[in-house]
Amino acid sequence: MILEMTDVCKDYFRGKIPVPVLKEINLKVEEGEYIAIMGPSGSGKTTLMNLVGCLDVPTSGTLKLNDVDVSTQTEDQLAKLRNSFIGFVFQQFHLLPEMDARDNVALPLLYAGVGLKERREKAEEALKMVGLEERIHFKPNQLSGGQCQRVAIARAVVGKPKLLLADEPTGALDTASGEQVMEIFSELNRQGITIVMITHEPSIAACANKIYHIRDGVLTADR
Amino acid sequence: MRENIKLSLQGIWSHKMRSMLTMLGIIIGIASIIAIVSTITGNSEMIKESLIGSNNNVVTVSLYDGEWEYDMQYSSNPEGIMPLDSEFKDELEAIDTVDKVAFYNSREYSDNSIYRLDTSFTGGIYGVDDQYFGLYNYQVINGRALLQADYDNFRKVVILDNTAASSLFPGENPLGQVVEISGEPFTVVGIVSQTKSVELNINSVSDYYTYANTSSGKMFVTGAVWPMIYRFDEVQKIAVKAVDTDSMTKAGKAVEDAVNEKLGLTAESQYQFKSQDLLKQAEQLQAMSNSTNQQLIWIAGISLLVGGIGVMNIMLVTVTERTQEIGLKKAIGARKRMILGQFLTEAAVLTSFGGVLGVIFGIVTAKLLSKIMGIPTGLSIPSMIIAVLFSMCIGLIFGFLPARKAANLNPIDALRSE
Repeated sequence: MILEMTDVCKDYFRGKIPVPVLKEINLKVEEGEYIAIMGPSGSGKTTLMNLVGCLDVPTSGTLKLNDVDVSTQTEDQLAKLRNSFIGFVFQQFHLLPEMDARDNVALPLLYAGVGLKERREKAEEALKMVGLEERIHFKPNQLSGGQCQRVAIARAVVGKPKLLLADEPTGALDTASGEQVMEIFSELNRQGITIVMITHEPSIAACANKIYHIRDGVLTADR
Repeated sequence: MRENIKLSLQGIWSHKMRSMLTMLGIIIGIASIIAIVSTITGNSEMIKESLIGSNNNVVTVSLYDGEWEYDMQYSSNPEGIMPLDSEFKDELEAIDTVDKVAFYNSREYSDNSIYRLDTSFTGGIYGVDDQYFGLYNYQVINGRALLQADYDNFRKVVILDNTAASSLFPGENPLGQVVEISGEPFTVVGIVSQTKSVELNINSVSDYYTYANTSSGKMFVTGAVWPMIYRFDEVQKIAVKAVDTDSMTKAGKAVEDAVNEKLGLTAESQYQFKSQDLLKQAEQLQAMSNSTNQQLIWIAGISLLVGGIGVMNIMLVTVTERTQEIGLKKAIGARKRMILGQFLTEAAVLTSFGGVLGVIFGIVTAKLLSKIMGIPTGLSIPSMIIAVLFSMCIGLIFGFLPARKAANLNPIDALRSE
């Protein structure tokens, strides 16, 4: 099991009063699945994503990634998990402006301790996969939004993660660029990468095999 | 690590103005330290040169009580030390490294024993033999030198150097006038000056004091009349002129041994004649001039501290600005220590760079100072290396707080901030 959430709750504190954001989430994702989580803003979907991405810890309940309970992991072990097991794609791309596309893509490999030459080769490979082999020396401000997101996807998959987490990956893109991104996702899924995607657009969610809805912190499967 | 350094350099370059302003404190601090150190080095060189080089190759040999030079001014005649006679002087001059020898008595600082009318003379007084003036390159510029008749007849005559002449007889002709030495009237018969009078002529630490405290000069009487004004059988000092500069130490040592043997003094005796160790003296003099400058270094150090705080301030701003970057890096697997390392490197690179600029700026300042004000300067490579390393340490120390703040950022908050 790639991802298993059992009775996961998350509260935020407004002053001293706990505000429940996620209520007893139960979710199982098998290897190779492609799921979409839909919900309006404020429904807790980004919080869910942060929990799955080990950027945050649940208030209660257990979260297992690859059958490992994340609450037993040290901070460095979590960093390693984020580095090699998970790939992130954000709505705002989050590329580093002073680096060119190749260096941006190679960054996770730097933290994994891969040597310079290998990093560059793998980064070029990943950029080729997203169709940007011509743009390896372009900086983010010289690329369009769609291209930036493709660089970000290349960065997410360069370390060959099992799980790709995408938070509104098309939210900042026009329709054509969004479709391109979705094609890449489908291709990655065909190659065996498990994808968990958050979106509020039904047309985007339709690309997934399975759709969940989240509303007021409660997760339900699509019927 | 190399990546980090490369990235930091890129960062510095992309924010040229800000980096420059951040480094300014460090640059000024390091530059002033380098300038001061150069001045110290230059000064030391000058002192050493004037002590050893320009001084007619004269070494003095005098009596020591253990580690300390025996001071006739404040102590009684030491027991069991016989006076030296002129035959012995010939023996000393026969030593092959020795050119000439002069025996003399002295008070480096005449303690209220010399007056001209109501004016007290605070310079030095010397009871000299007939070789003394030649040995120290004194030349008569007015009147006459000491004559054999002065020695034979115990004449109460005195020779002034030009400093003493102008301090005791401002605007007057001193020749034929009278000074009172220990209650005895002495007639001024001549004025002398050293041929190399433009250069500092330092024979000993006390000489240095005399020069440093704007000396009131020296006066000379015959060794013959010395007992009249001070004491009988006072132990004399020996001025040894070596045949050349290189044999100064050897000549001093040879004379020292000969005198000790003659007087039956050994290493175990309480008293012993010793020659000046010129290098050691040079060091002493350097230490004196250094101590004043070292206080300046502390002041410059404060500007480094202020510079360091400036660096900390800017680094904190940088961390805030780059919150998103930090969050992203954490999300894709950067560990805490990597983020810490990145920001520490950045601070250290920034300050080291400032240090290098400071060194360059300091050298330029030192050169300008020596050109404009005639202060001697010398460049010391180790001090430059230390300066750069030190500024790097400043970066590490003052960069630590901001770097820790960055490392501890919560990635969610970091990614959320727009």
